[in-house]
Amino acid sequence: MYDLSCAGVTKKFGPFTAVSDVSLNIPSGSFFSILGPSGCGKTTLMRMIAGFETPSSGDIRIKGESVLSIPPNRRNVKMVFQNLALFPMMSVGENIAYGLRCRGDVRSEIAGKVARVLDRVSMPGVEDKQIDQLSGGQKQRIAIARCMVLEPDVLLLDEPLGALDLKLREHMKIELKQLQHRFATTFLYITHDQSEALVMSDQVAVMNAGRFEQIGTPKELYRGPVSGFVAGFVGDATCLPGTITDIRGQQARVALDSGGQVIGCLCDESGTGDAVEVFLRPEAMQICSGNDDTTLRGRVDSLLFNGANSRVLMRMGSGQIIEVAETAQADPLTEGAQIAVSWRPEQARIFARRAE
Amino acid sequence: MGRDAGRLSLILLFTPFALWIGLLIVLPQLGIGYVSLREKVGVNQYEFGFGNYADFFGEPIYRNTLLRTAWMSILVTILALIIGFPIAYYIAKLARARIRAALFLMCLIPLWVSDLVRAYGWIVLLRETGVVSTVLVGAGLITEPVEMLYNDVTVVIGLVYTVILFMIVPLVSTLQGMDDALLEAGYNLGGSRFTVFRRIVVPYAMPGIVAGCIITFMLAAGSYLTPILLGGKNSSWFTEQIYNQFITRYNWEAGATFGVLLLVFTSLVVWVGLRLTGQSLVTTVARKD
Repeated sequence: MYDLSCAGVTKKFGPFTAVSDVSLNIPSGSFFSILGPSGCGKTTLMRMIAGFETPSSGDIRIKGESVLSIPPNRRNVKMVFQNLALFPMMSVGENIAYGLRCRGDVRSEIAGKVARVLDRVSMPGVEDKQIDQLSGGQKQRIAIARCMVLEPDVLLLDEPLGALDLKLREHMKIELKQLQHRFATTFLYITHDQSEALVMSDQVAVMNAGRFEQIGTPKELYRGPVSGFVAGFVGDATCLPGTITDIRGQQARVALDSGGQVIGCLCDESGTGDAVEVFLRPEAMQICSGNDDTTLRGRVDSLLFNGANSRVLMRMGSGQIIEVAETAQADPLTEGAQIAVSWRPEQARIFARRAE
Repeated sequence: MGRDAGRLSLILLFTPFALWIGLLIVLPQLGIGYVSLREKVGVNQYEFGFGNYADFFGEPIYRNTLLRTAWMSILVTILALIIGFPIAYYIAKLARARIRAALFLMCLIPLWVSDLVRAYGWIVLLRETGVVSTVLVGAGLITEPVEMLYNDVTVVIGLVYTVILFMIVPLVSTLQGMDDALLEAGYNLGGSRFTVFRRIVVPYAMPGIVAGCIITFMLAAGSYLTPILLGGKNSSWFTEQIYNQFITRYNWEAGATFGVLLLVFTSLVVWVGLRLTGQSLVTTVARKD
């Protein structure tokens, strides 16, 4: 039983296809993210689920029931808007009570429900505050409380962290995840920020140009991307364009556009002579020379210290920069030093070149 | 040096405003107030007292004219709000960006023509030998021409037409500031169209509604041309009384008294309106977000 499922959902605006044949199934109580660059159709998809747009074809089911014929105000999916859309002319308590009153709850029960949900988002006793008295993070929590008080089947979140500053955003990521656990409700989260999606989600769908490229757990997407788009969009990776010269089993030899040859793992149906890209994760490379076919040489361009996430940028002769994770080194690197980086062939992924 | 220059420019900017307010508004009002408290006891003999006000309250026709003017102005304000709100909503929220400017401009075009010409337009349409009457007779709907001028309905129609712009403009500017996401959130949380309108659109637009209502009410109550031209001799508009006292009867004391009473009375109506809607002049003029 899925809380939310979409089957072949397509949305066209005139000749433009915003969402193309999207299918997904979200199990009860999970945190599901849709990750994609802006303009990929993720907001359109969410608006169709909320009922503000009608799909050109396909079906949307909530708890197994098709909701296409149900107007937005009767669907039990609630939405946290990008700018939160809290009602500025109402107090916090009235904002939360709004939905309950629309639903026709008994007047005497409303105050109790509002107080309980405020308690659950750790903001007890703020009923009488005005919206503009709240901080960014508090507004966020009120926006979630306003939806959760209605006990929705699915909570939709449309890039709600976008307007927050970085520090608060990091904090809210963890808090959102905890809230989702506490409410045990299905969250559908939309974002263009891969770290938000990876940190919070049970499952992530990577969306590009109106289609789902891949659906999987954050680990699966990171470790086993199925396309160049996913490999490039999820996590950091250095991307080296080139052409396949030879294929042996899973391994392919690629002549790089910038000169030299490398061996990697062929991950799609590209054949000899096809234009491809080789993706290398920073932590998949070691700073030491290895086999000729899995080694690149260059100079240290810069050292980026960031605690456990420190990076070395190596500039190759062609000018291409390669990002390598810096692990504990016996002798510290200095800028300008000659180094070599190597990897195991299965850790270099080769995909057909993406459209520019 | 810099501060002196700043002070100088402030003084230079402020002077025309102070002169305008002082010479054209405050001083004449004080003069009117002074004249209204002057009782004529003989030729060029005056006493200070409230006799003129007592005369006003003692004469039912004056009282009734003022009340009638107020009621009709309130009616005009309500009609302008009812008709203007959908127009403003359409311009601000539903029309596409390109059409929006054109529609707004079309609302402003009538302002380029003087009140007099616009009132005359209504006369051309509505008089016994006018366009409407002739067409109706020609179509066989009525047997003989009818006079549609010189009654209250015509006065109200004419006034609504004259003042509705001043209702639409503040409404459009408030509604334009409203994020569509507020409406969508209103529906998403389970609100019907009516609930969203009543609990979200109207409260959000309230400052604009109040501003528009104050302007239209004041304009309607203080208008002279439209009621006279469309209502004729029987229009009994209070400004007409003031005019009569000043010009026809050369009774400046009574005219000044009426002028003060009109100002006080309309201000009172606005104050009551503000209290009833829970708004203040400050929130109406400037939004605090």
